[in-house]
Amino acid sequence: MSASNWEVVIGLETHAQLSTVSKIFSGAATAFGAAPNTQACAVDIALPGVLPVLNRGAVERAIRFGLAVGGRIAPRSVFARKNYFYPDLPKGYQISQYELPVVGGGSVSVRVGDEERTIRLTRAHLEEDAGKSLHEDFHGRTGIDLNRAGTPLLEIVSEPELRSAAEAVAYARTLHALVRWIDICDGNLQEGSFRCDANVSLRRPGAPLGTRCEIKNLNSFRFLERAIEFEVRRQIDILEDGGSIVQETRLYDPDRDETRSMRSKEDAQDYRYFPDPDLLPLDIDAGWIDAVRTTMPELPGAMRLRFQEQYGLSAYDAATLTAQREIARFFQDTLDCAGAELAKPVANWILGEVSARLNREELDLSRAPVAPAQLAGLVRRIADGTLSNALGKKVFDALWNGKGATADEIIERQALKQITDESALERIIDEVLAANQKSVEEFRAGKEKAFNALVGQAMKATRGKANPQQINDLLRRRLGS
Amino acid sequence: MSLSPEQVRNIARLARIAITDAEAATVRDQLNGILGLIERMQAVDTSGIAPMAHAQDLSQRLRDDRVTESDRHEAFQSVAPEVEAGLYLVPRVME
Repeated sequence: MSASNWEVVIGLETHAQLSTVSKIFSGAATAFGAAPNTQACAVDIALPGVLPVLNRGAVERAIRFGLAVGGRIAPRSVFARKNYFYPDLPKGYQISQYELPVVGGGSVSVRVGDEERTIRLTRAHLEEDAGKSLHEDFHGRTGIDLNRAGTPLLEIVSEPELRSAAEAVAYARTLHALVRWIDICDGNLQEGSFRCDANVSLRRPGAPLGTRCEIKNLNSFRFLERAIEFEVRRQIDILEDGGSIVQETRLYDPDRDETRSMRSKEDAQDYRYFPDPDLLPLDIDAGWIDAVRTTMPELPGAMRLRFQEQYGLSAYDAATLTAQREIARFFQDTLDCAGAELAKPVANWILGEVSARLNREELDLSRAPVAPAQLAGLVRRIADGTLSNALGKKVFDALWNGKGATADEIIERQALKQITDESALERIIDEVLAANQKSVEEFRAGKEKAFNALVGQAMKATRGKANPQQINDLLRRRLGS
Repeated sequence: MSLSPEQVRNIARLARIAITDAEAATVRDQLNGILGLIERMQAVDTSGIAPMAHAQDLSQRLRDDRVTESDRHEAFQSVAPEVEAGLYLVPRVME
């Protein structure tokens, strides 16, 4: 039997760390990288008698998310205690939401290759993060840093609708771009601001859901993909051998590229959720939601359609330009300077030369040395014929390396202006012909290669400032062919 | 409803409370008493009444997103059993 007889069923739980400056239930700072325990206040370390007070900024970010995915924002939601013991959880429970989460439903649109799929969300709820346990190097003891304890998280739960590792990654990437787009999470994967748990099971097509395993704490898209691929193979092997899957929590080990059991259902946690008596229900009225709505940016889906309709971009270009808010903004800013009629060349420059340069130099678009206005100036000079494409690349190079503030300045200073004056070009061509009699004879004898050599010489004589097509035409006229 | 000795031991384990078998019997009686009370309360007809998540019918007050706490880890750690390099040290835990 082959693997294709199994349908893969994946649901993701994603923890997005919300970009507030203070914690969800205390006034301690959330900045990353502080010295251990210097940002853990009495509430975060659960000293007796402390009480949580909810951060408005965290709730507002949850509302932004709810609006962005078209979910229902609960007029009243409730915080609950999730009880378990672990040294990096000082209270002995995590404040989370259980029966009444802040956001219900909603969906995101995900592209895998050319296919577009809508993935429905179950819910999104607010909760606090735990601290960090450091297991190494303390003479057989575990070190506890509670700086992260109390950092606000939005846990986003998808329906089990993802059908492959590739689709799960596409979904995670889309969600990652979205939370950054709407300014609720910095999306820093290295710092753990965005991490996924994957629930994976297999079934025969049409059959009820199979037993699932949960893979915890995947903090890179590559690990997410590999962990799911490994887990699917593992489950297929077991099922094909007539075995059955044990429901359990597994960890992915990137060094060995495998998942392994962390705890089985027998010692599965019994969290004994109950409403937290320290917190009253959270009320969100329509007025607040409306106020937040007015501060929402244009969303990637809407922007993608607008780029296609307003600027005539292809679906692919529009999707690529709106994959990240920084790229979309760079494109829009460039276009606002260059003019809408130059949308296509501007898109080409951003997706081509600019992206290639950024990749090569491992830079973020925010650090690109060429600003939108500079790129616009360059694209305009190509469009109006001042620059050939080749010269355009030279000017781009100069802009990138800070050799001038504007394309015009560089053109002026380096005398890069394209030579279009026919009589000037004809003089150059005459000189080239006189100096390359051998090539001329070869061409007349029928060797087309010799013609290309002459074009090359003429371009060289203009130091690349002529339009190759124009040289071509003039040369053919001169040679009478 | 009444709890089995097995359920009592499980609840104690979840709460990380060590109890002897003799204590388990006492605790079981006490918990059963509480559950009996709950049973009596549940006999009240509450159909048509929206469940409350809190005894007070109020809504949560919110604070602005501002840092108001300063670093007091030295004071906090002065009463901790063991500290090193700014970390609280605890018996080794590994999953």
